[in-house]
Amino acid sequence: MSFLDSLMRTARRRSPWLFHANAGSCNGCDVEFLTCLTPRYDVEQLGIRLEASPRHADILVVSGPVTRTTLEALETVYAQIPNPKVVVALGSCPASCNVFAGSPTIVGPLDRVLPVDVYVPGCPPRPDAIIAGIAEAAAILAGDKPRPEPMALPVIEDQPETGGQQ
Amino acid sequence: MTLLRGLFQLLVFPGAVYAIPAAFFMVWMQRKLNARLQGRIGPPFFQPFFDFVKLLGKEPIPRTPLQGFVMTGLPIGAVGATLGAIALLPIFPSDAGFPGDLVLLVGLIEIGPLLSVLAGFASRSLWGGIGASREAVMTVAYNLPFLTALIALAVTSGFSLTGMATGASLPVRFLALAAILLCLPAKLHLNPFSIASAEQEIYAGATTEFDGPRLALWELSHALEWVVLAGLVAVLGFPIVGAPWPLHVLAFVVISLGIVVLLSVAAAATARLKLAQTARWFWLWGLLVALAALVLAFVRV
Repeated sequence: MSFLDSLMRTARRRSPWLFHANAGSCNGCDVEFLTCLTPRYDVEQLGIRLEASPRHADILVVSGPVTRTTLEALETVYAQIPNPKVVVALGSCPASCNVFAGSPTIVGPLDRVLPVDVYVPGCPPRPDAIIAGIAEAAAILAGDKPRPEPMALPVIEDQPETGGQQ
Repeated sequence: MTLLRGLFQLLVFPGAVYAIPAAFFMVWMQRKLNARLQGRIGPPFFQPFFDFVKLLGKEPIPRTPLQGFVMTGLPIGAVGATLGAIALLPIFPSDAGFPGDLVLLVGLIEIGPLLSVLAGFASRSLWGGIGASREAVMTVAYNLPFLTALIALAVTSGFSLTGMATGASLPVRFLALAAILLCLPAKLHLNPFSIASAEQEIYAGATTEFDGPRLALWELSHALEWVVLAGLVAVLGFPIVGAPWPLHVLAFVVISLGIVVLLSVAAAATARLKLAQTARWFWLWGLLVALAALVLAFVRV
């Protein structure tokens, strides 16, 4: 591996910039996520920065079960992030839709919509777990870890139509 | 200034070979000091460098040819202009410079913010437009005291940087530098004047739509602005006439870093003002200090 390649790998591992998308989350995960920026956890020492624009980001952090109203925005934001990019599913909702599973307003879980690379389970996950997940995502970004094999799409049985107000 | 000397100043010292590492170092210092003052550990030493390399390695979003050309050309122009401004700094006052180089320096310093205003509008993003219009208003606000202070320094010696660095009297120099120092946080988008970039508030301001290598160039141009503005205060504020050149270089570097510390502490201790408050602040208090320097310079105190 040439010097430039290894420099680029190091740079990608040590400078993951995040964009946080809320896809219908209850704000529990969002609050825990922002906790990572506080002096106690201080993710800046790992080079992690929360970016305001998806154009600047490397890692898309998604919380929430992906509702119908956020689907289009989520796809737009994912397309706006320049390659190489990694998607982190933050909390139980993007992984399994959690308590919202089966709701007619939910199109999730997230891996039906975007290729998810790292899952951080929990409702909400602890900040330590979130940082570990982002570090794993940065390793995938750098090519130190392989991307996970795409899984078969989870099949969620559609609820029988109940006809509204019954 | 001979061609060889000009090239040396552009490419070696205080140009690219010195300025680019110094720019990364100053950005790191600012982030680290900010973190330490907030009780955090802060970024590792090579963080700005890694950020830059990583951005260079990103794959830019495809754009139409014209828009791609404009969005690449603007940050390249900003980096070039800022590097040119750094090359003009009279660190060796004995034989550098030419008459009127102050005007060129001010022009080159202003090209960076001007191009970032253009970039904000050219990116055709709503947030880019808001950031650009804020930047434009800020430019009008802080340049009034900034230019007045420079004129005050130049009254006695004509518009040459070397003359200014050695010519102005002590009270004029003190007041003019105070006015310039007041303008620096606004020029560098630091608190309390971080209105144009206003992270999170208006997304990323003028650079919202810039990605990968284009964003890397903006980051570099912004970091180089640290070197040129801190260096400008260093050469104007503390001339050491007749000292050997290693002392000049040492004083230049040490004073530049001292100014970075000063600005970082001020930024960590303050919160963002509103645009109207900033404009009023510069046109009242900034201008008062600068005008006092100008009056003193005209009555030859």
